[in-house]
Amino acid sequence: MNTNWTIARRRPALEARARIIQSIRQYFIQEGFLETETPLRIPAPAPESHIDAIPSDGWFLQTSPELCMKRLLAAGYERIFQLCHCWRAEERGNRHLPEFTMLEWYRAHSDYNDLMVDCENMMRSVAATCGNGSTLMVQGKDVKLDRAWQRLTVREAFARFGGITMEDALAADRFDEVMVEAIEPQLGIGQPTFLCDYPAARGALARLKADDPSVAERFELYISGIELANGFSELTDASEQRFRFEQEEQYRRSSGRIPYPEPSKFLEELPAMPPAAGIALGVDRLVMVMLDATSIDQVVAFTPEEL
Amino acid sequence: MYTVADLKKGLKITLDGYPYIVIAFDFTKPGKGQALYRTKMRNMINGTILDRTYRSGETFEQASLEDRKMQFLYKEDDHFVFMDNQTFEQYRMSEDAVGDSKNYLIDNLPVDVLLFSEKAIGVDLPNFVNLRVTETSPWAKGDTSGSDSKPATVETGYVLRVPPFIEEGELIVIDTRTGEYSTRVKG
Repeated sequence: MNTNWTIARRRPALEARARIIQSIRQYFIQEGFLETETPLRIPAPAPESHIDAIPSDGWFLQTSPELCMKRLLAAGYERIFQLCHCWRAEERGNRHLPEFTMLEWYRAHSDYNDLMVDCENMMRSVAATCGNGSTLMVQGKDVKLDRAWQRLTVREAFARFGGITMEDALAADRFDEVMVEAIEPQLGIGQPTFLCDYPAARGALARLKADDPSVAERFELYISGIELANGFSELTDASEQRFRFEQEEQYRRSSGRIPYPEPSKFLEELPAMPPAAGIALGVDRLVMVMLDATSIDQVVAFTPEEL
Repeated sequence: MYTVADLKKGLKITLDGYPYIVIAFDFTKPGKGQALYRTKMRNMINGTILDRTYRSGETFEQASLEDRKMQFLYKEDDHFVFMDNQTFEQYRMSEDAVGDSKNYLIDNLPVDVLLFSEKAIGVDLPNFVNLRVTETSPWAKGDTSGSDSKPATVETGYVLRVPPFIEEGELIVIDTRTGEYSTRVKG
């Protein structure tokens, strides 16, 4: 008897995972989204300071399908979604795999508020197909999906849980540490939390808020301290986008990372992109939350160590 | 010298002159932020627990501890007694210092005992130990799914999940790094 018992034991999780992916797909198709498949291997990932792509024969394995999907938006595809694998070098932990499954969706003529509503509706529908009803049990605590989800700005979160203001934490280069140690564990308790309005310096590809340009229209979704998704009102100003890419790429190169070429076709086509909102959600973590798994290892067929 | 990439449960490092053992560790990354390494460490001399968050690039000194080949003799009250294989000298270690290793300590088990200024402060176990199952429910005939599990108690009193076909009295192999069932000992 040579059964690999560790892998055989995952059957209930893998069956639930399959149902979750089917119900995500069904949800977006019903909402009128087109399922897309963009190439996994690309010549130029979006430069981000703290995300490293894995080189692949002169190109890179994608860290996200973001740039290709935005080119589809620019070409007139107004509601699109994608379920695909993404790779991020050296990310391995209880909630991280270097190869993981991403769900991204984009909607034209929308902003980040519409994405938050999408999240609520999609996750309620997924929870129902998992037999979870409207309440999840995560790490011994109830998370109610049926009432309105909490919206908390990053500034409020620092004031409430961080013991330091958002501005001081940035100035002291303590933003990430305070977030991880003091704030994240308090988010998504009782009901999911949208952490909104990141400081402009952490805006990535998000547009700044019209009535407060010190923050960007970016949010992260949390359930029981687990970060599930990152969404933006998308930046459509090509010169501002080029400037942010250059800054990120400069940081990447100065810290000894592999240089990326400029994603020039994306930048050329960006002016044609309508106002839009887009979001990336970690499917493995969504499965973790639905099944109350304590490690991402429990919800995938194989971890890298098992290959 | 260790880097953050070496951090894992069980790693022993020196901080402020004290040997510490990493008892919990996770790689984490707040949305779009930098990689952070959250660790919980126990001071191996006084038992103090320390939470620290490290960034990439930080380095650590290895704990300067002496490794001595010993065998576990017996437990006395809340102390565990080990004997040096060479000198036959006996060393006592508190339950706290033994930690999770107590789940695998059966009489005469050969282990590496860590000494700091001649004081026994920790145990290094082999990666796999064989322990006998003393209590578990019988295998329900017809259950051939292969994916189920049931609780089993082994001779040290430790309880873990095992496949349904494991019977009382069987010898099983346990991975001491994870505390999980690995395989059964045939024969």
